[in-house]
Amino acid sequence: MGWYIRASRIVSELGKTNLSPSPAAAAASASASARTRCDADRLTGGSAAAARPSMSRPSVIIKLILGLLWFIVHLAISLCSLWFDLIYSIECYLISFGLIPKYRKFQLDRLKHLAVVVDSREAKNVAKINQLLCWLSNVGVKYVCLYDIDGVLKKTFAPAMNGSRYGNSGKYLDVGANTKALTCCHKEMTIECISGSDGKDGIAKAASLLCSTCVNGNRNTCGNGEIVFTEADMSGALKAIGCGGPEPDLLLVYGPARCHLGFPAWRLRYTEIMHMGPLNSMKYGAIVKAFYKFSKKYQNFGKFVFSFLENRNILQ
Amino acid sequence: MLGSLMSYSPSVDSKTENTDELIATGVLASLQNFIRKCIVAVLSYGPMPKHIAFIMDGNRRYAKFRSIQEGSGHRVGFSALIASLLYCYEMGVKYITVYAFSIDNFKRDPTEVKSLMELMEEKINELLENRNVINKVNCKINFWGNLDMLSKSVRVAAEKLMATTAENTGLVFSVCMPYNSTSEIVNAVNKVCAERRDILQREDADSVANNGVYSDISVADLDRHMYSAGCPDPDIVIRTSGETRLSNFLLWQTTFSHLQNPDPLWPEFSFKHLVWAILQYQRVHPYIEQSRNLAKKQL
Repeated sequence: MGWYIRASRIVSELGKTNLSPSPAAAAASASASARTRCDADRLTGGSAAAARPSMSRPSVIIKLILGLLWFIVHLAISLCSLWFDLIYSIECYLISFGLIPKYRKFQLDRLKHLAVVVDSREAKNVAKINQLLCWLSNVGVKYVCLYDIDGVLKKTFAPAMNGSRYGNSGKYLDVGANTKALTCCHKEMTIECISGSDGKDGIAKAASLLCSTCVNGNRNTCGNGEIVFTEADMSGALKAIGCGGPEPDLLLVYGPARCHLGFPAWRLRYTEIMHMGPLNSMKYGAIVKAFYKFSKKYQNFGKFVFSFLENRNILQ
Repeated sequence: MLGSLMSYSPSVDSKTENTDELIATGVLASLQNFIRKCIVAVLSYGPMPKHIAFIMDGNRRYAKFRSIQEGSGHRVGFSALIASLLYCYEMGVKYITVYAFSIDNFKRDPTEVKSLMELMEEKINELLENRNVINKVNCKINFWGNLDMLSKSVRVAAEKLMATTAENTGLVFSVCMPYNSTSEIVNAVNKVCAERRDILQREDADSVANNGVYSDISVADLDRHMYSAGCPDPDIVIRTSGETRLSNFLLWQTTFSHLQNPDPLWPEFSFKHLVWAILQYQRVHPYIEQSRNLAKKQL
């Protein structure tokens, strides 16, 4: 039981330091709480400040040194990441000019539905969104689902959308007919806009719908036994309230961090998630590179992945 | 994946070592320990995550690449899990969740599933017997998932482990097995419906005016009945071996979680990878906090 021996060794080391999370961590958090106490004192006019013992000098010095080291570490990481971003930008420009052979042709058969998550503050930049949609249709995407948590994209694109949004499984608009959305592209692409209210709130609404079939005027519809709705029931309920769109194969995240920001859970189960960086610095080459990586993922494993995908059996 | 584990063959520790080697390893270990504490002290100056979730992917690939028996990959994975757990505890991370077994994994070859279950049971029993490790870090162990899908012996062992650690107030270690985020949500819906029905049946006796009138189910109602009720949302979700999917893991709880997918396979995941993960998290923390606060304001 090597794991047990190794674990015991680590725990005995912890035991020597009183079995609490690292004392330095405790000191740092204690100093952080001291900081907040000082702030609170300032707010109350500092009357209580005199009563509090001042922090000892060595701990102040240690705190400053730790802070300095932390700052230096993050500065070093930022500089390295700037350098890598530069190389990445150059590669993206080369890709967009078609100078890198392997990115010129790749199969997009596996990509039936694409989703894009945008940070709500960046989503207000309609020109960028339109440009993104243009690029996507250029690459050959047939179906795009745009998502942002606050519903900015819905407000921007929805007025131009005709057709019933509800009552069907998430209505879409044929972009060919919407010249406002895409003025530079000639290919057909379907666009769907969803927001945070289609995520958790959508599931809650579907739950209410299911619950109402069971608990309504006729109270004993489901009897007194255990209520057993299944995932299929939920999927059906989600479709019924208009939150049942197709599951995307690939999700591109445009924002400072790789977070899905509440994308509807029922559609995110087996979606590949790729982080593209902030929308303001989006590049055509980055999209091509992402699609290439996606296509390679399914190409390399071949038959194995095929049976993989049959079962949607992901963990190895 | 944590699931399959076999009894680990004795390591170097059980062999006799001469005094010099012992002193050398002792000094080295102390030095490593000291360096680790320094790194943790520096890291802790910035915002630290309270809840980290791991998708432990890559055990079988690890075994394949090293041409060792497949079960051994999971064994090494289990060691890596315990080590990561203790490093997280040192850093002050209070909640750790791991994706041990997916409901989809039942579709695998039955003999493989059976061996996984046996090994899981063995490891749970080992943890029950060697409770010193758990009690020293005051660890509370939860099992999230449809425990009814497990065989009786595994289920009984898991429930026993949960019961014996229920009073602990330190680290909260949640093992998701067998788990699917969608089935967790459906389970919560079922519980809320049952609750509503019971309330209405009780009200039935009081007044007829309440006939058919009830408030819609809210997100908060569902939150209360999730397996993760009482745990904060994960700050970081780490999926090893470079895969970019979430595979139906904590989809409800990861709205503002930083999703990371480092390249190393799970058995290779070590302290330095954990430090790197937390550094990445600290860089995006201001943005995530801002997004979270904006979302709260809108409610």
